[in-house]
This record gives sequence, C-alpha cells and structure tokens, in this order.
Amino acid sequence: MEKRVTFNNRWLPYLLIAPQIFITVVFFFWPAGQAIYQSVFIPDPFGLKNQFVGFDNFIFLFSDQYYRSSFITTAVFSTLVTAISMSLSLWLAVLADRVIKGADAYRTLLIWPYAVAPAIAGVLWLFLFNPSIGILPWYLAHMGYHWNHTLNGGEAMSLVVIASAWKQISYNFLFFLAGLQSIPPSIIEAAALDGASFWKRFWTIVFPLLSPTTFFLLVMNLVYAFFETFGVIHTITAGGPQQSTTILVYKVFADGFVGQDLGSSAAQSVILLLVVGVLTVIQFRFIERRVHY
Amino acid sequence: MAAMVEKKGVGRWLTHGALIIGICIICFPIYVAFIASTVTQADLISPPMPLVPGGHFIDNYREALLSGMSAPVWRMLLNSLIMALGITIGKIAISIISAYAIVYFRFPLKNLAFWLIFLTLMLPVEVRIVPTYEVVAGLGLLNSYSGLILPLIASATATFLFRQLFLTIPDELVEAARIDGAGPMRFFVDVLLPMSRTNIAALFVILFIYGWNQYLWPLLITTDPSMNTIVMGLKQMLPSGDQTVEWPVIMATALLAMVPPVAVVLFMQKLFVKGLVESEK
Repeated sequence: MEKRVTFNNRWLPYLLIAPQIFITVVFFFWPAGQAIYQSVFIPDPFGLKNQFVGFDNFIFLFSDQYYRSSFITTAVFSTLVTAISMSLSLWLAVLADRVIKGADAYRTLLIWPYAVAPAIAGVLWLFLFNPSIGILPWYLAHMGYHWNHTLNGGEAMSLVVIASAWKQISYNFLFFLAGLQSIPPSIIEAAALDGASFWKRFWTIVFPLLSPTTFFLLVMNLVYAFFETFGVIHTITAGGPQQSTTILVYKVFADGFVGQDLGSSAAQSVILLLVVGVLTVIQFRFIERRVHY
Repeated sequence: MAAMVEKKGVGRWLTHGALIIGICIICFPIYVAFIASTVTQADLISPPMPLVPGGHFIDNYREALLSGMSAPVWRMLLNSLIMALGITIGKIAISIISAYAIVYFRFPLKNLAFWLIFLTLMLPVEVRIVPTYEVVAGLGLLNSYSGLILPLIASATATFLFRQLFLTIPDELVEAARIDGAGPMRFFVDVLLPMSRTNIAALFVILFIYGWNQYLWPLLITTDPSMNTIVMGLKQMLPSGDQTVEWPVIMATALLAMVPPVAVVLFMQKLFVKGLVESEK
C-alpha cells in the first residue's frame, strides 16, 4: 500500500491529509457518534435533558410494527428493483452486443438515464401515472382498470419500483455490455461451430463468464435501492399510502424530521450504519478478488 | 462479438427491432415530459394529453426560467451549478492530495488516517441525515453554499481511485525526481498531476453528475427559496393536496434540470464510461 521509494518530510504529509481528515471527522465521525449517543438516550418532554435508556430505543423500535414492516417493504422494494433492472439491462446488453452496425448509437441512447436524478425520475413517472391527468391511467381506465396509486399500496409500490428500476438500467447496461465485450469471441465461435444454439451458448458459456459482473452489480443495485432511491419515494408517494412504500432510509427521515422522534431516528441510523458496514465488507472482499484476478 | 456468430437476415432485424423497442420504452417518460412542456395547462387537464408537440415551448420555458414558482429557475440552476462544481472540485482536490500523502510518504499514524478515510466508503448522507443536519446547523451553515458543499465532499471513493492510480506509477520516476533535486511538491505538480489528467477528467464527469443530482441534503438545509437547487426546487413545485399547478411549467423545469448532467454524459461519453467503470472498481 505504499511505495518502496518515499519522500522524507516531517510535516508535509500531515498537511496534505489534513483537509480530508478534517472534513471526514466533522461531517462523518461527529454525526455518526451523535447518532450512536442519541440512540441510547430519550430526551425528556421539555427537551431539557436526556435520560440514559440503554437499548430501550432499539427494543422499542423492533417491537414497533411499522418498523418491522418497513424491513419487509425494503426487502420487497430492493428485490424487485434489482431483479427488474438487472434482467432488462442484461437483455438489452446481449442485444447490443450482437449488433455491429449502430452499436455506438444504441449505447448512447441507453446510457443517458444515468444522469437523471432519482427525484426527477420520480417526477417524470408521477406525471405519467397521475390518477387525474396522467396518460397511462387514462388508457388503463379504457381497459377497465382504475389506477390510483395514492390510495392503493400495491400500485404505489409498483410505481416507485418502475421509476427506480428505470433510472438504474443505464448503469447495469454499461457494466453488462463491458462484461460481454470482454469475453473472447473465439470461445463463442468454437461453441457455435460445435452447433450450440444461441440460448445454449448463453446459459453455458456467457452467463457463467459474466458472473463476476453480475455479482458486483447485485451489490451495487442493492446499495442503490436501499439508499439512493430516497428521491423517487419522496417525490412519488412520500412513503404512503399507509406507509406501504416507507423503506428504511425514508423512515429515518420521516421519524427524525417529520415526526421529531430523535431517539428512534438515531437508533435507525445506527442500524443502517451496520447494514452499510456489512455491504462495504462484501464489496471490499469482492474488490480484492477482482484486483488480484 | 464476432461477425461469424452474428445472425444474418431475419435474426439481425429482430435484434435491431427489439433494441429499438427497448429504447422507445426507456425514452417514453422524457418524450411525454417534453410534449407536456410545449402545450398549455388546458391541454393537460382534460385527458388524454396530446402526444405531438404544441406551440407553447417558448412561453413555458420563459415562464419557468424567469418567474418559476417560489424562485426563478435560472436562480436554482445557478445554485445547482455552484453546488455541483464545489462538490466536484472539492472532492478531487482533497482526495488527490490525501492519496499522495498516503502513497508517497511514511509517517506516524498513517494507518489510522487511512482507516478513518476508508471507513466512509459507500456511506451515503441519507443514513446519518439527522445528526449531520444538527452538526451543520450548529456550525451556522444552513442556507449557505458551504453548508451545501462541505458535508458532501467527505468521501473515500476518489481517494481510493487516486491511490490505485499512484500505485501503478513506476518508482523510477520518484528516484529520477530526487536525483534531479526536485522536492515532493515539485514532483506532485510536474509529474503526478500531468499523469493523472485523464483520471481527473473522468472523475470530474462522474462527480459533477453526483453533485448536480443531490436531493435530500439541499432539501433539508436550504429553507430560503433563493438558495434552492433545481432538483429539490422541482419537488417544491409539485402540488400538495388539491391545489392546482401549472404542469407545463413543471415539466419545462424538469427538462431544464436534466439538461446539464445529460449533456455531460452524452458529450463526454468516453470519459464518463471510464470514470464510471474505474470509480466502482
């Protein structure tokens, strides 16, 4: 992790590293410490002093039916977003990998949603599915289905899943396409000469060779669905109806800023810190493997 | 893939056809938003809305840019630009020098510093949102550009990337620099910076998009409409309850909000792909 040849200087390295350490301590470790501290206290009703309560906030949290159902909501939401987004992107990447003429044009047309903010993706899909003026509910009504995601929890979940998966397609597509293009053509050609059909080649050769990319994307998509979809949820449903789309990250915000329940929100932050820690370790293991081949 | 395996005739047309259908579905929300930004409110509130552009493009965009709703959109675009550039430049600057310190120097407490930085890897601000807000409020940084920018430049990703890059640079260059009598800062400016140029550019593209698209943080800390950024300002325009809103102006704002980052992706596609693939490694 360091060079064999280094510079000797007593104070320069500290000066160079100071800005990053300063920012990290002030805006990361201090708040994270506050979260841990607050998670074991309850402020008294007048906000004058804190009372130490040990793990009571956590115990209370896990006995709260809404918090437990938020775990299930998060699991359903992230599984759907990951599965839908990854399978569509893999399908598009396999197609784009097959064409020779126009491959660049297709890539250009498929990668731009990456640049759209989750909150803007939310607004676009909200407009399409707006129960009173949206164009898709109008067509659905003509087919006999009355769409209203502001009342129906299942529809609300479908809408936030669609908007979140849509935004993530470009990202997955780029990595799948790069993965496909790094497979040596000679292997595919040999299989083709042996008479293996396209699907046979795909499942027996291409898909196994893509597995490092697939695993990497699986972790990245879960991280995306857990943490970065806040904007989609906040713009489309605000966690509703009846908390049916309140994922964990949204609940930290809703309980802390809207509900002003700081002890509970801090305990939730600590739990999410643990989740991130686990995902980071998985990711790190994977990075090490990939770097060393 | 090899031309040999490529299907001829019908198969090839099916592939192109399927790709085009996929692209149409993916582009559909933007197309509808664009149409909505060129018609009048009256055209939209009696469904189905038209699917060909109307004649009010200039009116709607002028209204959005100059008056908006709580703040004119040009002001929010400017705030977003300052925030995105601040985050991008800040992140690159502090991480390139800290990576330089970690790779090219030996000093006590180096391992501690290394782990302090790398513990922040992948930790989104959403997770520690309430205490971070309290810290920033305590420092008196609400409704300021510093408050928008500083908490978001604490991230290990860029440091990690520069560290990887520096580790691939041959040791002979340092030896040569030392023999020539160049000090550490001279080596950094004359050798390392020029060698990192493409990586800096690629990272710039990724971080600009990241900074521009921030949502929750600006939503919390900018209560003054003149400090709102465009992505969160768009949400403020949405109707709450039964109030009616000018959908064409909202859709024009949505398109204006995505033009800068989308343009960056499209015009700097090579750098974008390089930055994306490398920053995730």
